[in-house]
Amino acid sequence: MRELADRTGFTSEQIEHLHRRFKQLSQDQLTIRKENFDSIPDLEFNPIRGKIVHAFFDKRNLRQESDGLADEINFEDFLTIMSYFRPIEMNMDEEQLDRFRKEKLKFLFHMYDSDHDGKITLQEYRNVVEELLSGNPHLEKESARSIADGAMMEAASICVGQMGPDQVYEGITFEDFLKMWQGIDIETKMHVRFLNVDTIAHCY
Amino acid sequence: MRQVFGVALLLGLMALPAALGQRSSEIHKNSSQSFAIVSFKWDHVKEPYIIALWILVASLAKIVFHLSHKVTRVVPESALLIVLGVFLGGIVLAADHIASFSLTPTVFFFYLLPPIVLDAGYFMPNRLFFGNLGSILLYAVIGTVWNAATTGLSLYGVYLTGIMGELKSGLLDFLLFGSLIAAVDPVAVLAVFEEVHVNEVLFIIVFGESLLNDAVTVVLYNVFDSFVGIGAENVTGIECVKGIVSFFVVSLGGTLVGIFFAFLLSLVSRFTKHVRIIEPGFVFVISYLSYLTAEMLSLSAILAITFCGICCQKYVKANISEQSSTTVRYTMKMLASGAETIIFMFLGISAVDPNIWKWNTAFILLTLLFISVYRVIGVIIQTWILNRYRTVQLEIIDQVVMSYGGLRGAVAFALVALLDKDKVKERNLFVSTTIIVVFFTVIFQGLTIKPLVQWLKVKKTEHRDPKLNEKLHGRAFDHILSAIEDISGQIGHHYLRDKWSNFDRKFLRKILMRRSAQKSRDQILNVFHELNLKDAISYVAEGERRGSLAFIRSPSTDNMVNVDFSTPLPSTVESSVSYLLREKAGPVCLDMQALEQRRKSIRDTEDTLAHHTLQQYLYKPRQEHKHLYSRHEIMHSEDDKQDKEIFHRTMRKRLESFKSTKLGINHSKKLNKIHKRDRGQKRRNSSVIPNGNIPSENPVQDFTLKEKDLEFSESEENNDYETLHLGKGVDFLANVTKQNFTDTPAGDMDHDVEMTEYSSSDDQLNQNGSVSVNPLHFFPSCLQMPWTQNYSSLENRGNISLSAVSEYIASCDPNVPDLFWESGTDMNNKETVNSGYCSEVSFKSENSQDENTLLMFEGLEDSYMKEPQEKKMLLDVEANYRSAAARRVQSRRSFHRPKPLHHPKLQKLASLPASCHVPPHSLEQEETQL
Repeated sequence: MRELADRTGFTSEQIEHLHRRFKQLSQDQLTIRKENFDSIPDLEFNPIRGKIVHAFFDKRNLRQESDGLADEINFEDFLTIMSYFRPIEMNMDEEQLDRFRKEKLKFLFHMYDSDHDGKITLQEYRNVVEELLSGNPHLEKESARSIADGAMMEAASICVGQMGPDQVYEGITFEDFLKMWQGIDIETKMHVRFLNVDTIAHCY
Repeated sequence: MRQVFGVALLLGLMALPAALGQRSSEIHKNSSQSFAIVSFKWDHVKEPYIIALWILVASLAKIVFHLSHKVTRVVPESALLIVLGVFLGGIVLAADHIASFSLTPTVFFFYLLPPIVLDAGYFMPNRLFFGNLGSILLYAVIGTVWNAATTGLSLYGVYLTGIMGELKSGLLDFLLFGSLIAAVDPVAVLAVFEEVHVNEVLFIIVFGESLLNDAVTVVLYNVFDSFVGIGAENVTGIECVKGIVSFFVVSLGGTLVGIFFAFLLSLVSRFTKHVRIIEPGFVFVISYLSYLTAEMLSLSAILAITFCGICCQKYVKANISEQSSTTVRYTMKMLASGAETIIFMFLGISAVDPNIWKWNTAFILLTLLFISVYRVIGVIIQTWILNRYRTVQLEIIDQVVMSYGGLRGAVAFALVALLDKDKVKERNLFVSTTIIVVFFTVIFQGLTIKPLVQWLKVKKTEHRDPKLNEKLHGRAFDHILSAIEDISGQIGHHYLRDKWSNFDRKFLRKILMRRSAQKSRDQILNVFHELNLKDAISYVAEGERRGSLAFIRSPSTDNMVNVDFSTPLPSTVESSVSYLLREKAGPVCLDMQALEQRRKSIRDTEDTLAHHTLQQYLYKPRQEHKHLYSRHEIMHSEDDKQDKEIFHRTMRKRLESFKSTKLGINHSKKLNKIHKRDRGQKRRNSSVIPNGNIPSENPVQDFTLKEKDLEFSESEENNDYETLHLGKGVDFLANVTKQNFTDTPAGDMDHDVEMTEYSSSDDQLNQNGSVSVNPLHFFPSCLQMPWTQNYSSLENRGNISLSAVSEYIASCDPNVPDLFWESGTDMNNKETVNSGYCSEVSFKSENSQDENTLLMFEGLEDSYMKEPQEKKMLLDVEANYRSAAARRVQSRRSFHRPKPLHHPKLQKLASLPASCHVPPHSLEQEETQL
C-alpha cells in the first residue's frame, strides 16, 4: 500500500477508495477487462469513450517497456492511469512540475496516436475529431474532417513555421505536441479531484 | 494643453442650459399676448434637453480623455470622470448657487445600472463563471456579510469610545451603514479591472463577486433599514430569522426570475426570423423586463438581469442573425459604457452639494480604515478555506489584488441616497462618508492598482487568437475528464458539466434553438468558422492593400503543387496536408470547401494511377491555385514556358471569340445556331476518339492548354458581356457548357469530347425520359453529404445555385432536339450520355449535392467500363477539371450567394461563350475595368 502510494502519489485514503471502485468495476476480480467498462452507465454517452478505455490498456501508458495493448489491467495499472489525472501539488518544484506536465501530455498524445508510431497523422487526427464531434447529430462527418484538416494545418504552422514548397508535414510528433501546448496550463486543466471520502454528490 | 481646451469647451456647453433657462423665462412672459411665429419653449424641452446635454458632455469628455494616451494609461477613466464631475458641479454651483443635478437613486437603478449589468451578464464567459461559481459565491455571500458586520460593529465600537463625538445613531444605524458600504461595486470593478487585464480567474472572481453580492447587499440593506424603521427595541429573533429567510428568497428568487426571462427571450428569439429588424430589441426589452419584474417582486434585480444575460446568451446568439448579433453587441456595449460614464460623472457632480456634507474626521477615516482592513482579512480567511478545495490555487499575490480590488461605487452611493432622513438621523454623515469612500477607492485604488499589479507581477491575460487545436483539445479534455470521473466513481464538476451539456443538447436546444442553429452551434465549428472568416478577410484586405483584387485571379504559379491528392495512400494524405500548409504559409487558406473537394478526390481510389500520371504532365490548371494567395511573385522558369505557349494560343483564341461575339448581336438566335453547330461537331469529334485519333503525345496537356486559353481570353469576353453579366451570379455548369462554344471553332478534339458529355446529357434528359437509370444509386452515401454543412449558418447557398444550374439546363434543352439521337448511335457516346445523365439528374434533384460528388462518380463509372486508356485518362482529367471548376464556384459561394437566373434573356446569355472562370461580381468588375 505504501509502495503504491509512493509510486502514484495518491494518499492511502484515495487508494482505498479507488480500490473499492476497482473491485466494483471488476466484479471482485483481480483484473479489469475492457468489457468491465461497459458497466459504467454514464460512460455510454461519451463520444470518445473508445479512445479513453483504450488508453487504460495501452501499455505505453502503463509505464511498461513493451508496446501494444494489454488484455487486462490490475489495480496497480489502474492506479497508474488514474495518477495521470492527479492535480498538481503545492510542494512541487519546477522540475517536478515539468515532468508532471510532460507525463500528462504523453498520455494525451498516446490517446491520439493510435498506431503507436510516435506521430499523430492527419488520419488519426481526423478520427479523433470525428469522434469528438459525433455527439452532435447535426454535424456531418465532412465538416469534422475539414476541421481536423484545419487543426492540422494550424499545428504544422505552429510547429514547423514557414514550410518550403516541397516540405511535407507528416504528423505531429511529441515534440511538436509539446510546442502546441506551450502557454496552456495543462496541469490545471487536466485533473480530476480525487476525494478522500466515498462518492458523495460533490458540487465544486 | 488640448485637454485644457477641451474642458473649456465643455464648460461652455455646461453654462448653456443655465443661461438658456434664464432667458426663456423672460421670453415666456413677453410672448403671452400675441401669437408668436416662433416661440422659444425652453421649459417645454428642459428635462430631456439637459439629460441629452449631460450625456453629450460626458461623451465628449471621454473623447478628450483619450486624446492623450499618457493620461488614460495612468489614470483610470472612472477617476477622470469623477474629477470632471466635481469640476463641472463646482461650476454649476458657482453659477447657480444651487446644486441642481445629482445622481438620484431612481435614475441610477432604473436606467443606468441595468445596461451595465446586462452587458456583464450577456458577455459573461460562462464556463469560467460557473467553473469558479463556488469561490464567487463564497466571496459574494460570506465576504459581504463579513464586511458589513465587521465594519458596522467596529464603527459602533469606536463610537462608544467617544472619539467621534456625539452622533444620533444606534447600533442598527451603524450596521445599516456597514451593509451599504460593504458591497464591492460591479461598475467600479469593471471599469478599473478592464483596464488592468489581470488573469481571467482573478478577474472573474472579483467581478463575479461584485455582481452577486448585490443580493446580499440589498437584503442586508432592506433588513437593517426596516429594523431602523421599527426601532431597535422591537427587533426580535423572529425578525432576524425573517431576514435570513428573505436573503434566500431574494437571491434565489432573483435568479429564477432571470432564468425565466432568459428562457422566454431564447424562445422568442427562435421565432424572429421574419422580423429581423427588431430582433435586437427583444434582447433589451425582455432583459429589462426581467430587471423590472424582480424589482417589482422586491427580489434582487441585479441577479435577475445578470442571470438573464448569462443564460440566454448561448441560445440568443445562435438564433439571431449575424447582423442582429452585431447590433446587440454594439448597442449593449454602447449603453453600458455610456451609463458607466454618466454614473461616474454624476457621482462627481453629486458630491458638489453643500447640503449633504457633514464632516466627521474620525468616522470617515475609520470607515476607510475598516473597510480596507476587513476586506483584507476577509479575503485571506476565505481564500485559505477555498484553497483547500481549489486546484487552481489563489496565491498571495492574487489575494492582494483581490483585497485591493474591493472598489466601492455608485451602488453604495445610490443606496445611501435612498436613506430616509427621518429614520436615519445621521444620513448626511453617511452620505458624505460614502462619497469619500467611493472617491477614495475609485480614484486612489484605481490609480494605484495598475502599478501594483505590475509590481507584483500578477499573471496577466495574454490575448490569444482562438486556436482550433486548443478548442479541440479542450473538448477532448472535457470528455476525458468526465470519463475518468465516471470510471473512478467521483462526482465532480466535470461530471455535472457533462450531465448538463447532455441535458442541454437533448432538451433545451431543441426547444430554444432554431433548427438551423442547432446544427451549426458547435463551439469547435465556430472557431473553425471564425478562423476561415478571418482568413478570408485578410485575403481581401491584402488585395485592397495591393490596390486591386486582380491578384486573386492572376495566376500565381509558384503556388502550384506537385502533390497528387488523389491517392489514398498515407503518404499522399500527408502531402495533402503539406499542400494545405503551403496555402497557410501563403498565408491564407481561403475556403475549406476547396479542401473538401480535394479530400473527396482522395477517396477516389479507382483512378489513382491515372491521376498521378496526369498530374505529372498536366499544365497546372489555374483554378488549382486560384484560391491560393501568395506573396511570392517570382515565376518559375517552367511556368514561363507554359505561359508563353498559353499566350500564343490565347491570341489565336481571342481573335476567334472576338469574331463570334461581335457578330452575336442577336444573342439568343445566333447562339442557338452556334450551339447546334458545336454539338454536331462534337458528336463527330467524340466518335473519333475510340478510333484512336487522339494526338498521341499528350492529350491531356492539350486539354489543359485549352483551359488556360479560355481563362486568358476571358477578360476580353467579359468585357463584351459585362453589362449583362454583372447583375447575377453565374452558375458553374452553364460556364462549363459554354466552353464548348468558344472552343469548338478552334477544333481541338480532345476538349470537345469531354464537353460532349455534358451537353449531350443535357439534351438527353429532357428528350428521352425513358432512360431508367437512377443515378443516385451509384453514389457512395458518404459522398452525398452536402458540403454546405460547414457553413450552414449562411443559408442554403448550394441549393440556390443548383437550381440556377437546372434552370439553365432547362432553358438550353429545346434548342437541340435532334442531337441526342445522333449521339445515341455511337456506342461510346451512349455511355458518355449515360454518365452525363447521372450528373444531370442529380443536379435536377437539387438535394444540394456537391457537384463534385457526381463528377467523381462519373470518373468512377467510366473507369469501370474499361474504356480505352486514353479515354479514361481524359475522363479523369475532366473530372479533375470539373471538380476544379466546382471548387471555384464553391469558393465563390462562400462569399457570394449566386442568384438564380431569373431573366430569360440572361438564361440565354448564360450559354454565351463567356469564360469558365467567373469571379464574384465585385472582382469581375474590377478586372474588366483594368
